[in-house]
Amino acid sequence: MTTMKLLEVEELTKSFGGVTAIAGLSFDVPPGNVYSVIGPNGAGKTTLFNMLSGIYQPDEGAIRFQSNDIVGIQPHQVAALGVSRTFQNLQMFFNMSVLDNVMVGCHLRTRTGLLSAALRLPGVKREERESREWARQALAMCSLDRYIGHEAGSLPYGVLKRLEIARALAVQPKLLLMDEPAAGLNDTETMEMQALIRRICEAGITVLLVEHNMGLVMQVSDRILVLDYGSRLAEGTPTEIQKDRKVVEAYLGGEVKYAM
Amino acid sequence: MKRLSGFYLLAALVVLLPIIFPDNYYVTVVGVTALLHAILAVGLNLLMGYAGQISLGHAAFFGIGAYTSAILTTRYGWDPWAAIVVGIALTGSIAFLVSRPILRLKGHYLAMATLGLGIIANIVLVQAGDFTGGPDGLGDIPTLSLFGWALDTDLRWYWVMGATMLGTVWIALNIIDSRSGRALRALHGSEVAAEMMGINTTATKTGVFVLAALTASLAGSLFSHQQSFISPDSFSFFFSIELVTMVVLGGMASTYGAVFGAVVLTFLPELLVVFEDFEVMIFGAILMLMMIFLPQGIFVGLQTPFRRRLTRRESPIADTPGE
Repeated sequence: MTTMKLLEVEELTKSFGGVTAIAGLSFDVPPGNVYSVIGPNGAGKTTLFNMLSGIYQPDEGAIRFQSNDIVGIQPHQVAALGVSRTFQNLQMFFNMSVLDNVMVGCHLRTRTGLLSAALRLPGVKREERESREWARQALAMCSLDRYIGHEAGSLPYGVLKRLEIARALAVQPKLLLMDEPAAGLNDTETMEMQALIRRICEAGITVLLVEHNMGLVMQVSDRILVLDYGSRLAEGTPTEIQKDRKVVEAYLGGEVKYAM
Repeated sequence: MKRLSGFYLLAALVVLLPIIFPDNYYVTVVGVTALLHAILAVGLNLLMGYAGQISLGHAAFFGIGAYTSAILTTRYGWDPWAAIVVGIALTGSIAFLVSRPILRLKGHYLAMATLGLGIIANIVLVQAGDFTGGPDGLGDIPTLSLFGWALDTDLRWYWVMGATMLGTVWIALNIIDSRSGRALRALHGSEVAAEMMGINTTATKTGVFVLAALTASLAGSLFSHQQSFISPDSFSFFFSIELVTMVVLGGMASTYGAVFGAVVLTFLPELLVVFEDFEVMIFGAILMLMMIFLPQGIFVGLQTPFRRRLTRRESPIADTPGE
């Protein structure tokens, strides 16, 4: 390998019935970056995420994560390789406390099986303590310390968005897929989210971001991929994307103007 | 230890009742049945309440355990303890085999499939008369003995059933409060998110289904030896529904709630003996009313506001989430 790649996507194709959601898409995500995928609604962004996380299987093409082919394996196996994600429509465990939600994220870092748990064998207590500590750290990173004793179901939307990220961080992923983390957030919360994404990247976790808030995308991204009808329209740094004629015409409607 | 304080309270209650009320019909006769139901409900609650996988055929596994014990001891002269172990192994294997196709289903479909399983098991018990004695049932099942201590009185059965129930509760509490328990609850909350956290949801569902079946099998064997006579009526669809009602009444996803539901629904028919013919209707009505007015169950429903008040007192900022 001459260039470092964390994630390689090659000629990826997925159709639902007669509709092609992703058509022959190829791109590489270098490690340590915030890599954003943008495009109008229906461009295939969430479909792409679902294939990257093993929820959908592609019709054609290859996905390699750290040179491991991840096509055809289950989501929990993808997670075990070091890929975690958040969801566009929250997928919280609303039947659990904030701490327990994030402790589920420590599943792959612990070993306790059903039998040793049932009999409360000596190692279990130590692992519980470790998980609790890891979960606290993930919560602290997302500035959620104060909600630690709450039930997930009692929290407002903006907090839940961050809780989902904390849970994904507890997995200690190498790659974090974030599906519209700023959707539905107010301006203050969006600023906080932007800072959080940068913090995650600085902690050495590569971020693959799908987001509609262009201000946030332009500020936070190292590289951007623009999707249109399931294929690549453009790819480059935020400055390059902002100057790209095709992007301006197709996606931004002919007028280059970004809100901060 | 704070985690098990409820358990110690429950254990004290189980121990003290027959001492305070010796030779009381409601303690040593109805009480034993209540303890048996509690074992079943706690097991089913792991599957239904925590993992969110409904089963309307749980009586089948109870029946397989009971009949394995009865047949092996009466027809083949086996030692009861060996028969219990074989019953558990057999039930576990059957549960494992059916779990793969069945647990792919969700919601109503899973309910229908488990319902079918329960009905099939009951038909087999009735039709395979050469082995099971058919609708007439099987009698003369020997009682158990522990190191020469024969379980030949109601009180002795109370102690064994009580210890088994407490053991089941202890194991259930340990599981819930562990990595495996969180995996179960996560599965209930969001299957796709659980998978993304690295949980093998298929294996987890199979595991809890088999575990609930094993618990039911053990309860079935104990029931067989305690009653010394069993018939297919005890393992019918209605008993499955009764078990579901126990779990729902006490409160889904609460181990103590399941015990509470089992105790209430065991005593209720005793107290309403005049309404015997309407028993099934009363259970149905309870299930309906619970779903409408108190879906989180009596035990959990009454405990939540109390607990909320406690946490409020502990952390004053806790009540102002977000801006």
